[in-house]
Amino acid sequence: MASVAPRLPAVALITVIAYAFDCDFAAAGALLPERGGSPNADRIASLYTVVLILAAVVFVGVTVALAFALVRYRSTRSPTAAQIRGNTRLEIAWTVAATGLIVFIAVFSLTKFGAIEHPDRAEANPAAASEAGIGDAGHGVLHIRVVGRQYIWMFQYPNGATSFQEMVAPVGVTVELDISSRDVAHSWWIPKLGGKFDAIPGYVSHTWFRLERAGLYRGQCAELCGRNHADMTAQVRAVAPAEYARWVARQKRLIAAADRARDDSR
Amino acid sequence: MSTRTSLDVRIGTGVPLLVADRVDPPTRHGWVGWVTTTDHKRIGILYLVTAFGFMALGGIEALLMRTQLAQPGNTVLSPQAYNEVLTMHGTTMVFLVVMPLWAGFANYVVPLQIGARDMAFPKMNAFSYWMYVAGGIVFYGSVFFSPPEAGWTSYTPLSSGPYIPGNGTDAWIYLIHLTGISSILGSLNIMVTISNMRARGMGWGRLPLFCWSMVAQAVMILLTLPVIAGAVTLLLTDRHFGTCFYDPHCGGSALLWQHLFWFFGHPEVYIMILPAFGVISEVLPVFARKPIFGYKAIAASSLGIAFLSMLVWAHHMFATPLPAIALAFFMLTSMLIAIPTGVKILNWIATLFRGSIVFRTPLYFAAGFLVLFTLGGITGVMLAIYPIDRQVTDTYFVVAHFHFVLVAGAVSGIMAALYYWFPKMTGRFLSERMGKLSFWLQFVGFLATFLIQHSLGLSGMPRRVYSYRADTGWGVDNLISTIGAFILATGVLLTLVNVMWSLRTGAKAGPDPWKANTLEWFAPSPPPAHNFDVTPVVRSVEPMRELRRQIRTAHRSGDGDE
Ligand code: HEM
Ligand SMILES: [Cu+2]
Ligand SMILES: [Cu+2]
Repeated sequence: MASVAPRLPAVALITVIAYAFDCDFAAAGALLPERGGSPNADRIASLYTVVLILAAVVFVGVTVALAFALVRYRSTRSPTAAQIRGNTRLEIAWTVAATGLIVFIAVFSLTKFGAIEHPDRAEANPAAASEAGIGDAGHGVLHIRVVGRQYIWMFQYPNGATSFQEMVAPVGVTVELDISSRDVAHSWWIPKLGGKFDAIPGYVSHTWFRLERAGLYRGQCAELCGRNHADMTAQVRAVAPAEYARWVARQKRLIAAADRARDDSR
Repeated sequence: MSTRTSLDVRIGTGVPLLVADRVDPPTRHGWVGWVTTTDHKRIGILYLVTAFGFMALGGIEALLMRTQLAQPGNTVLSPQAYNEVLTMHGTTMVFLVVMPLWAGFANYVVPLQIGARDMAFPKMNAFSYWMYVAGGIVFYGSVFFSPPEAGWTSYTPLSSGPYIPGNGTDAWIYLIHLTGISSILGSLNIMVTISNMRARGMGWGRLPLFCWSMVAQAVMILLTLPVIAGAVTLLLTDRHFGTCFYDPHCGGSALLWQHLFWFFGHPEVYIMILPAFGVISEVLPVFARKPIFGYKAIAASSLGIAFLSMLVWAHHMFATPLPAIALAFFMLTSMLIAIPTGVKILNWIATLFRGSIVFRTPLYFAAGFLVLFTLGGITGVMLAIYPIDRQVTDTYFVVAHFHFVLVAGAVSGIMAALYYWFPKMTGRFLSERMGKLSFWLQFVGFLATFLIQHSLGLSGMPRRVYSYRADTGWGVDNLISTIGAFILATGVLLTLVNVMWSLRTGAKAGPDPWKANTLEWFAPSPPPAHNFDVTPVVRSVEPMRELRRQIRTAHRSGDGDE
């Protein structure tokens, strides 16, 4: 037992690293947050990986020390107990070490936050933006309003079009969301597109994503909002910029036609 | 009504002792005696029995939820029933199980540990207990009408507006009021008792560490429970008297509730866990046969945690619109609190090093606590990093995190306390074989239930959902978690069986079965109504060590023989 114990942390560490780096996508969801839809989600997953490795080292260290103490100093092997009441230098040393580790994690994280919180202007893709029909007024950024209500998400696009439950967005264009609610608190979350942001009546939350490839990204409301909270799903359909332009124009026409039909029937 | 101790006499043992001159009032027998009691030990037992009863209810609720979630698209519980059971479970476990269990142990143990004959205010003590019972009755009364269904956090506007039919939320509010009165008065009582009624010679530097943790807990309760009491009162007036504190449609703020709730809610976590820290600090030195490593650091870190716990509340709100400076502040304070907590863990492990460890059941639970609580603490630091938090908050990752802290932390502490103090309370040991089996079932069951939930959260499963679709791929992990929950529940049940069985048939324990360090082991088991015929003068942090030695030498020299 005692001979295996020292090797345990190394083995555990290698396993974690192997998981985290080699099986990048396989590990997403099991050991790491989802990624692969938008740079902010990817960056959160990378930050998480580093923190997880440090966490694993600390946890394994504590567990091995504990297991060692329990095995080595059981009364059958260690009949007399040393009467030690403390060791000021040792205690100061580990307090300083713990503080150092915490400071390191905090500072390291803080350096990563900028790129997670705010879209990188330099990475903006003006060609994709203009193809998607986003004028210069938006500086190449597509603004979509997200409105939560029991139990469906509504999306409002800059040209006045709306859609429910499924948001359509262009690949390669930075999309900024303004998230609010009509009734109770909800929370907007598409795991592969980054963290969640609450939709709270009377407040507006902001977040962003930039789709890397066409596809469907699913998520669901993450704040208890009533009996059908579990059924309040959402998805983002990532399409080519030109297709987005066509879709949003057609969506507007359809809504206008539906409005006219309703007015006529009155 | 403190004990008046006046005479310093030497009884034949050669031990310096104080003789108390108060005579006990006659105790009543039968159930009338229990209902009218003001004896801290009986009140302690009432708390423990009642709270273990509620634990059975909260546990059944947990198993109902886990059964519903065992497979995708299950129909054991309707969406409404799921939310009701969820709210009942969380609220029960926090307010009707863990807090009162600690009130019970503290009631029983604190006066004995400091050499007092009762709490400072025995009648108020009984009142506290009955307020707790009243809160439980009012809350569970709602089961027959419309149980609350807004979660144990009762977020506004869901709880304040017309979104949930029925009056369940009001029952929840009254529960907070009644158990709040109970806890506030109880904490005052503990504070005054520990401040004023310590045995002669027991300075603050010789106060047992369990008492230190109760002091820190009392500070947090006295500072934060009034805030939640006020917050739920505003919720009540919003619901029924047309006020507008939380309703955005007439100028209120939905976020105000979250701030007020978590200003209480975060310290509440430490209110539940700090007494467990105290128990671990008592149990480890006794079973390692070695003094606690770094007494002062452990006592000081309890107070440090109590202070910091009130500066971290908005880490529960990282997904709400908060200014960047607030995000950074609450991230840093949340990380800071890991330092005193980590220091404690290192001190505990150092206590075991070079000891002579005796493997009895309390030690098993203490060791299990160290492993699992460390993991819960580490995921806590990860959650403090707010972009990471936004990926995993409100998912099963967080459900896993807080059950690591509350079940593996607080409940393991409670189990250790039960196995450790049961011989004092009843004069009999709990069965070691059942105890160790119960530990292993709980340990394995716990890991199966909650470790896997981290993955569920990371792969996108939100908390508080009554069901999920098969194509999410969450089925297997959920099934494992449910099986684990039943193993865990079997383990807890085995301890209850153990208690019933050992009450009658357990091995006789005698006054000092563990060769422990603190004064409660100087009294007979169970202690008489007045606790001590004579209270010793305290000369160190481990008064029982000298007492044992002195009693032994006195016996050897022959003048102490009965
Ligand atoms: C047998 C052990 C336990 C099991 C299997 C269990 C299971 C669960 C489950 C399934 C949920 C619902 C998760 C969700 O839908 O979001 C939950 C929530 C919760 N549990 Fe437990 N639990 C156990 C013990 C405890 C204990 C001892 C506490 C102590 C304080 C506790 C406190 C909570 C809280 C506060 C919630 C949140 C309720 C809410 O979201 O409103 N649980 N638990
Ligand atoms: Cu919702
Ligand atoms: Cu919801």
